[in-house]
Amino acid sequence: MGKLLFTAELVLLGCLGAGFFLPKWLQFMLTMAMANGLVSLGLVILMRGGVVAFGQGLMAALGGYTAALVFEHLQWTDALLLPLLGGVTAMLITAPFAPLLARYRGIFFSMLTLALSMVGYGILVKTDSLGGSDGINMGRVTLLGQTLPDAAVSYTLLAVTMCFAAVSLVWAKVFFASTRGLVTRAIRDNELRVEYMGGSVAQTMAINFVLAAFLAGMGGALAVMALGHIDPNFSYWTTSGEYVFVAILAGSQSVLAVMLSSAVLEVVRSFSSAYFPTTWQFALGLFLLLVIRFLPHGLGSLWRSKSPQDMS
Amino acid sequence: MQLALTILVDGLSYASWLFIVALGLTLVFGVLKILNIAHGSFYALGAYMAASAVALATDWNLPPYFSLLAMLLAAVMLAALVAPLTERGLLRFFYGRDEVLLVLVTYALFLMLEDITKLIWGANPYYVSEPYGLFGNIDIGSQSYVGYDLLLVVLAGLVGGLVWWGLNRTRFGKIVTAVIHSPEIAASMGIKVSRVYMVAFAIGLFLAALGGAFTAPMISVQPGVSVGVIIISFAVVIIGGLGSIEGAAIGALIVGMARAMAVHLMPVAELFSVYVVMALVLMFRPEGLFQRIQARKI
Repeated sequence: MGKLLFTAELVLLGCLGAGFFLPKWLQFMLTMAMANGLVSLGLVILMRGGVVAFGQGLMAALGGYTAALVFEHLQWTDALLLPLLGGVTAMLITAPFAPLLARYRGIFFSMLTLALSMVGYGILVKTDSLGGSDGINMGRVTLLGQTLPDAAVSYTLLAVTMCFAAVSLVWAKVFFASTRGLVTRAIRDNELRVEYMGGSVAQTMAINFVLAAFLAGMGGALAVMALGHIDPNFSYWTTSGEYVFVAILAGSQSVLAVMLSSAVLEVVRSFSSAYFPTTWQFALGLFLLLVIRFLPHGLGSLWRSKSPQDMS
Repeated sequence: MQLALTILVDGLSYASWLFIVALGLTLVFGVLKILNIAHGSFYALGAYMAASAVALATDWNLPPYFSLLAMLLAAVMLAALVAPLTERGLLRFFYGRDEVLLVLVTYALFLMLEDITKLIWGANPYYVSEPYGLFGNIDIGSQSYVGYDLLLVVLAGLVGGLVWWGLNRTRFGKIVTAVIHSPEIAASMGIKVSRVYMVAFAIGLFLAALGGAFTAPMISVQPGVSVGVIIISFAVVIIGGLGSIEGAAIGALIVGMARAMAVHLMPVAELFSVYVVMALVLMFRPEGLFQRIQARKI
């Protein structure tokens, strides 16, 4: 534990230092990659239990809308507060559905989350007070009461996102090795046995779902802080598909792989939309196929053992 | 009363093409265990092919009824061309993997087909309205309805009946059922499973294309039609129970009616009425309305 914290601190400091010297466009890209990576990290939690949610886009949108609304109406503009609020709101809104969803497995879980997220999408599009299909804008955040000058915004957002990502990754690593984390893995292997041994499958799955919602809400809020805008497309199922893609690309063997995969997707997306503007979806699809075909256990399997071992 | 009839006719015609498309989706899932997101792209391809075919038929000055034949041929051609390419060239490398992973594979295929469609047909919408007027209007009460809409109902009944007959009354149908139950045992009995997979996939693709071809005259064919269709057909097969023909029929009817009711009574809810129904069904019948109970592994 101590070693883990020390390493994480070193890596974070290294990244913070290196990030300062990057050009602005790259800082923005990394910020987005890590904000989206947090959403996918939530998905990895679920996937360790054997289910894949196709509606994480809505959770991210809940966090994003919360941040934008709080910013606009309550004038709470702090960059450290907004992501937390986003996460908590996504968690609270999701919580009533969690026990229900915890009963489903496989394709039915995926489809039900997709259906619910599309209901949410429909509501967002039709709600005029939330800007309808145009969405709402968000101004520039502050940090600990300080307003940010033009030159510092990009790096500050990157640094804040990095800190949130680092804390979440360390937490995820600890969580995966905890009793509940291990029970989650046992559920994927055989949930009936878990029940016989006295574990509560439904409770574990519900809690995982709520935790995933928190991470997604936080990621959504961070992304909106960087973008300065949110619209219902955040919650559309194709966006949710991208989060799933990142989680699959990462595999469930390493938490760091999630951030790396998210960055890879961001790079592939930016470059293919810059160099093949008419066929970037084609490039993305092809890339996805190649990954699934040749890296079945995800990027994480490149530096961890071949067999799906526990992340500890 | 008038409104109820309008809703009924609207719902029925919507349910008809939806049933044809969803039938293909449920068939492919039943046999290959793949929930195919690219099914929506096949629908779109069918619509584009039909648009081109009808335009061609008009250029050759063929009699107007030939446009229906052209639409049918477009769907057949698409299935014959694309199905072997997709199934043999791509999907077979992923058989046996996790269901959700297979969904993602077809998602990738969907992304690629979106761009391919745009490359071939461009981003501008196509209109093929000629066949829509072929059957004139039919008066029921004081309201008149487009004859083409009712043709769709007939077509859906025909297609559903044919598929049911093919699966339940023919030798090939028995073979398919055997493969659905256990591909390994079927193979050991001398059945060429890979061929069954390909034929089933081709039929599924044909149904998607057929649905697309025959709805082409009712819509503007443009990029983006695939997305809406796939999500709504998902809802249909999930409501009915994956892999069930009756389920697809009932699911299509429920979705068609729910949508028609929303459009006429509560337009705001049109967008998500379908998903609300789907969520409700899943809450009370987690496996869909027509799914048989399965044993669990201990």
